Amino acid sequence: MKRLPLSLLLLVFFIYLSWSVSIRQAVLFAVGIGMGAALAGARFGFTTGWRQLIEQRDPRGVAGQLVLLALASAFSLTLLGQYSELTAALGPPSVSLLIGAFVFGLTMQIADGCGSGTLYKAGLGVPLNMGILPLFALGSFLGSVQVGDWLTLGQLQPIGLVAEFGSMQALLITLAGLALLGFAARLWVGPGRAWWDRKWLLGAVALAVLATLNLLIAGQPWGVVYGFGLWAAKIVTAAGLFDPATNAFWSQAGNAQRLSEMVLMDITSITNIGILGGALWVSARAKSDSQPLTATQWTIGLLAGFLMGYSSRLAFGCNIGAMLSGISTGSVHGWIWVPLAFAGTLIGVRVRRHYKL
Amino acid sequence: MSLSKHKLQLVFWCGLLAFLVWDTTKAPPVDLRNEPPLIAAGSGKASSGGHCAIAK
Repeated sequence: MKRLPLSLLLLVFFIYLSWSVSIRQAVLFAVGIGMGAALAGARFGFTTGWRQLIEQRDPRGVAGQLVLLALASAFSLTLLGQYSELTAALGPPSVSLLIGAFVFGLTMQIADGCGSGTLYKAGLGVPLNMGILPLFALGSFLGSVQVGDWLTLGQLQPIGLVAEFGSMQALLITLAGLALLGFAARLWVGPGRAWWDRKWLLGAVALAVLATLNLLIAGQPWGVVYGFGLWAAKIVTAAGLFDPATNAFWSQAGNAQRLSEMVLMDITSITNIGILGGALWVSARAKSDSQPLTATQWTIGLLAGFLMGYSSRLAFGCNIGAMLSGISTGSVHGWIWVPLAFAGTLIGVRVRRHYKL
Repeated sequence: MSLSKHKLQLVFWCGLLAFLVWDTTKAPPVDLRNEPPLIAAGSGKASSGGHCAIAK
């Protein structure tokens, strides 16, 4: 589809949301479109950046991600210190987080896309990612159903750096941690490597601004996985296959309310739809570069997508909800997520190579 | 763009649209008089949305 009719369709949906749902949701939809356009336009893939660092010792993608994290942290931590209405992405350090982040890092390489990557590639029309999305949603739902059992294996209360140290100190700690990650990457790639790429840097700046807008408008950081789980929960509940009243997660007042109200009222759902729309808009002029897959590659990719959804709930977020939003709002769980997911990725790139994905 | 990819894209978007239409017709109407604030920061209302980081 061409860009003009697509733009008109997106505008019609924006007006419908403003008129029939809420102006906040309409504006969040617009923010989501920006996110999708930035992700797809810059091909800002968290999965690809990590893989290029491991396989080619190319640090440009990871450098872009570090810039994104630093900018988003500077904006978000300052705002969290100013406005009591805003909440951080606080997940509990737990056995569930350790296992979930490791499996997520492994499977995202096989599926060639994390939470945001799956969304924007599905929007771009990449067949595997379009196939993965419903399975990701189902996995995310099952993860949410069982996350209470996983937490009984051991957990601590969520730790927020802003609450512990104040926003300025939280920012300094965060920037020091990011510098340490950059230093580790420098040790791995060695001297003489190009670190900066215009595409990655533009994507990083755009995403940092949009993630901050998400926090300012919605009052909560950018997330992806919750919306997917909610979609599957609605379908499974309507089909009579699941009773939310008997489940620890879905019987909670907030989750039960979101299950009963319109999905367009949900914050993560509306930005997810916006990301799909933004990526579709970019796809109107983007070159299609996806290769046809064999039946084995499809099976492995879809299975990885399902596991990615399940593990992202155990890990209290994906690259967006746990890593970007966790770290940029001072949650310790984001700092635990990164090394575990990276360890999983080290195996994931080998599995990916084995199946020639 | 190959035909099969084009078809898959059509199925994907039709599926998403069908889900949204089904959900909108099934859910109770939105209370427009009780709209959330346009900007949460400074509104005095704490965010109550779902997020991937929440354990409950």
